[in-house]
Amino acid sequence: MRTTRALGALLLAALAFLAAACGGGGDPLASQPQAPAAGDTIRVGSANFTENRLLAEIYATALSIRGIKVERQFGIGSRETYFPGLRDGSIDLVPDYTGNLLQYLDTNATATAPADVYAQVQQKLPPNLKVLEASPAEDKDAVVVTRAFATQNNLTSLDQIGPLCGNIVFGGPPEFQTRPYGIPGIQKSYGCTFKEFRSLDAGGPLTVAALRDGSVQAADLFTTDTSIPNNDFVILADPKSNFAAQQVVPLINASKLSNPAVADVLNLISQKMDTATLTDLNKRLDAPDKPDPAQVARDWLSSAGIG
Amino acid sequence: MRLFGADILPLAAEHIVLALVPVLLGLVISLPLGWWAWSSRGARRILLPLTGVLYTIPSLALFVVMPLVLGTRILDPVNVVVALTIYAVALLVRSVVDGLDEVPGEVLTAGVAMGYRPLGLLFGVQLPLAVPVLVAGVRVAAVSSFSLVAVGAIIGQGALGTLFTQGFERFYTAQIVFGLVSILVLALVIDGLLMLLGRLLAPWAAARAPQRQAV
Amino acid sequence: MFSSLIAWFTASAQWSSTTGIPTRLLQHLGYTALTVLVAAVIAVPIGLYIGHTGRGRFLVVGLANGLRALPELGVLVLFVLLIGLGLTPVVLALMLLAIPPLLAGTYAGVSGVDPAAVDAARGVGMTERQILVQVELPNALPLMVAGLRTATLQVVATATIAAFVSLGGLGRYIVDGQAQRDFVQMAGGAVLVALLAIVLEVALQGLQRAVTPGVRRTRSTPVVGKTDTVTVGG
Repeated sequence: MRTTRALGALLLAALAFLAAACGGGGDPLASQPQAPAAGDTIRVGSANFTENRLLAEIYATALSIRGIKVERQFGIGSRETYFPGLRDGSIDLVPDYTGNLLQYLDTNATATAPADVYAQVQQKLPPNLKVLEASPAEDKDAVVVTRAFATQNNLTSLDQIGPLCGNIVFGGPPEFQTRPYGIPGIQKSYGCTFKEFRSLDAGGPLTVAALRDGSVQAADLFTTDTSIPNNDFVILADPKSNFAAQQVVPLINASKLSNPAVADVLNLISQKMDTATLTDLNKRLDAPDKPDPAQVARDWLSSAGIG
Repeated sequence: MRLFGADILPLAAEHIVLALVPVLLGLVISLPLGWWAWSSRGARRILLPLTGVLYTIPSLALFVVMPLVLGTRILDPVNVVVALTIYAVALLVRSVVDGLDEVPGEVLTAGVAMGYRPLGLLFGVQLPLAVPVLVAGVRVAAVSSFSLVAVGAIIGQGALGTLFTQGFERFYTAQIVFGLVSILVLALVIDGLLMLLGRLLAPWAAARAPQRQAV
Repeated sequence: MFSSLIAWFTASAQWSSTTGIPTRLLQHLGYTALTVLVAAVIAVPIGLYIGHTGRGRFLVVGLANGLRALPELGVLVLFVLLIGLGLTPVVLALMLLAIPPLLAGTYAGVSGVDPAAVDAARGVGMTERQILVQVELPNALPLMVAGLRTATLQVVATATIAAFVSLGGLGRYIVDGQAQRDFVQMAGGAVLVALLAIVLEVALQGLQRAVTPGVRRTRSTPVVGKTDTVTVGG
């Protein structure tokens, strides 16, 4: 009796708490954007994978070399998490990728060519956010399989995957399940409904391990990832451009651009960076001696003549 | 100081603040709540199980919903502090109740006979006598807090916990081990200091305190 | 938002698909049960030994403190890097939470047995083994179950981290919800974890009462966990 009553009270309390937590309705994060960081300090954020942390470190180091104050807030998570952080002023600058950014801003976006994607991103961004120059460096999502699986099924391209899908467990970061170019996109472009989706990480150790040990047969990895050549994984061609152009681009709070040095140095980084360089930097970070990302960033900046 | 790809001292300082501020806040909140639960059977019946349930809310979920509840920014450290305060309260209300329970009835009667008013009795007699149990509770809350802060790394906030996420993303085992050791050392140092504080505040209980801790 | 939470709970796919609530609940329970079982196999014999002989008491105190300070997240990712994907690293990491309360409960139960009873048992010629099994163990049961209760509660609340390293369980809703910024899913997951914890708590409370002999205890507060309650990180 006593237990039942206590249990009832607990349930009510727990539900009330959660109701309060979820109160408001709609997307609570879209509400009142607040002022960005005090003064001229630029808060640099990053997503939760190595390459993005490095790009953020490169931005932060270059800015501070130019005498601009920075704070680092790396590893925030997926775009679904850091973008609201940009909007509410938690962070001011993040290295982003044009194609995925566009699909985040507009789930129905169809542009795939680099220039179209970039132009559309500029259009769709909220007024307080700006993208600077896009870099020729590209890092795309790609559907990747093991060499053995590719050979066995004579598979080189996503448009051949249809008949196999019913037997494929697909692995990717949790957000891949709902993003337009993710599971919904593959289904739409290639008529492929996977047997199961398994939540792993953004091109990290879980995805690589799961693909290697066969817990998944296909996975979402990034094209600049050294684990692809290291494990002899095969990138499936994407003839229908499910994955749009994916140029590295600084995404920044417009109020931080009053100092022209900010855009100057970030644009310079974009110009100097290319896909091969990015792949190479990833490789350096992955090396067994695990170099300090800050050192890798400084080295590259000085070799590029920026710092 | 740069170690394992991280500025270790600011991270450690941040970790200490994020872990200990909630324990302090939690203690301040738990004292009146615990006193209420101690003095009223009804309150005890609701409060003690409720604090137990609070503790089962997964911390990641709590960190993420905080901005919605508080209206704070997504990456505001306040989110972590408030979430951890909830856990501290969940632990400490019970400690306060147990501490007050520990004070023998005769002592209370003697206090009343000496002319103590309820508040005076609470601060002059009950709380001082409850110190050993309270300190034991605070030690548990503090040590747990150090471990919980690290979960914030999943949302880009965990101070030393970022060594875990970063190390994991890069297959960098040494960085993870370093993070574990640093958090462990910090937590045990704080634990030791709190134990000393307890002995200073309640020297008579020094002999009993470790026994309690064991159980 | 509250109505979307209800909708989330009542969606038919939630109850039929292979990633629906029943599957996730069972996985979560499975991880919890396995972890507590393995932890008990390790902790109970050690606790019995320490309680019976009085040797190695420092181990109980030291372990309780040290393990509590160990961040679960770090331990888990370390084990995954060292061992690989799967259940083993998760169970090992969670076990570190379950061992201290089980050990403390067993130890406290055995060492708290009235010395006169033990002496009497020795007096009638029982062997040490018989004393342990026939006298100390039955008397220690209530505290052992109290330890089991604390251990289970901690593990069930923390097992959500299994999802961070790609396993299932209720943490899936929380980790996926976080990555997809889907608050309804997260809240749903959190409610389910809390519900499961409450159900287990009530069941173990019942068990504890059942093994407590004689007069019903006046308070249902377990002795283990008085100042040493739950520690969670998920």
